[in-house]
Amino acid sequence: MAKIKIQKKDIWIDMTPMSDVMTLLLCFFMLTSTFLTPEPIQVTTPSSVSEMKIPESDVLNILVSPEGRIYVGTENKNNMQAMLDAVTDKFGITLTGTQIKHFREDAMIGAPLSKMAEYLSLEPEKMAEAVQKLGIPTDSIDGGKSEFQEWVKAARDANPDIKLCIKCDATTPYKTIKAMMNELQDMNENRYQLITNLKTASEE
Amino acid sequence: MAKKNLSKQKKMDTRVNFTPMVDMMMLLITFFMLCTTLAKPQAMQLTMPSNDENVEKEDKSVTKASHTITLYLGADNKIWYIAGLPNYEDPSCVKETTYGAKGIRDVLIKHTTEEGINPVARIMKAKKELDAKKSAYGSTMTDKQYQDKLSELKKGVVNGQKIPTLTVIIRPLDTATYENMIAALDEMLICSIDKYVIDKIGPEDKALIEKAGVK
Repeated sequence: MAKIKIQKKDIWIDMTPMSDVMTLLLCFFMLTSTFLTPEPIQVTTPSSVSEMKIPESDVLNILVSPEGRIYVGTENKNNMQAMLDAVTDKFGITLTGTQIKHFREDAMIGAPLSKMAEYLSLEPEKMAEAVQKLGIPTDSIDGGKSEFQEWVKAARDANPDIKLCIKCDATTPYKTIKAMMNELQDMNENRYQLITNLKTASEE
Repeated sequence: MAKKNLSKQKKMDTRVNFTPMVDMMMLLITFFMLCTTLAKPQAMQLTMPSNDENVEKEDKSVTKASHTITLYLGADNKIWYIAGLPNYEDPSCVKETTYGAKGIRDVLIKHTTEEGINPVARIMKAKKELDAKKSAYGSTMTDKQYQDKLSELKKGVVNGQKIPTLTVIIRPLDTATYENMIAALDEMLICSIDKYVIDKIGPEDKALIEKAGVK
């Protein structure tokens, strides 16, 4: 009896070209993209035709949410630490080791000083949630500087070359921005970089 | 027969399995695609007037009425303008326009000063010529030279001749959004207007725009 013999074929696929393409793609992504910086809230910046680049270093980011909550932060962790020390010293707040550790891990400052210790005691996962309902108050304290001004001043003291980058949501009412800029103008901080997206030709 | 077999070198299969490498690449690409952003945000330089009253009095420069345009940015993406100085008695000097090329840019470009010229149109034309010169084949113009020429142009020096420049006062209302403010600043950039200021709305302005129906 003749048996039908199925020939076993070698099903080897050459992966080399695929690997080539992958390497190219990977190189492209690694070279052209920048890492997303974690921000307490997501904002959509308006577009403009300005082609100026944001400075790479010495930047104090001021983030304004559509509801008018203000967050400040800088990339340099040592400056952040110096800012925290300066402000907590002034207001007589003492933080524990874990709280300071949490502060250093946080991307931006966004808690009022009265709730700072409480906020920094939370678990890191809960912090990200809580910060969305907080924000630095801009009301002046006993007729003096506001907390927001104190933080900006501390940042300026920590790094005299710091540049202010303002990142607002496109829908933020001008009222909020006016109040914030007024505070900065009162401190003689008159130069800002407004962060925008590049407008493409089709939007023109 | 046995001897022949020994002498024959066995041909080794030199194909390397690339599948694990491709797997790893896929993972890396996914990681990069999710954790990074391609859009590089741009910055816009803004210098606000100082709140310090001593400085303000010394540096207050007076411009001619016909060299001034005041913009009021209102709610619902609306924009109003006054060509020349505001006449606080007559609310009809406040005119409504729109954002973009057909609205406010047109107003700025067509604005004629008392000398009978359109400063914005002339400066924009000169800038276009400068850009063409810069991007022309075999151009030896450096970025520094270009920037110097451009800042000279913005100050009103066109072909060695000084022409008056326009001063724009932007007054956003509380109801305007940040996007409106950026749009107005954008127009200044497009129209190469060097002298512009973001100002607050005073009581006189408030009374005027209320009468004109700006909100």
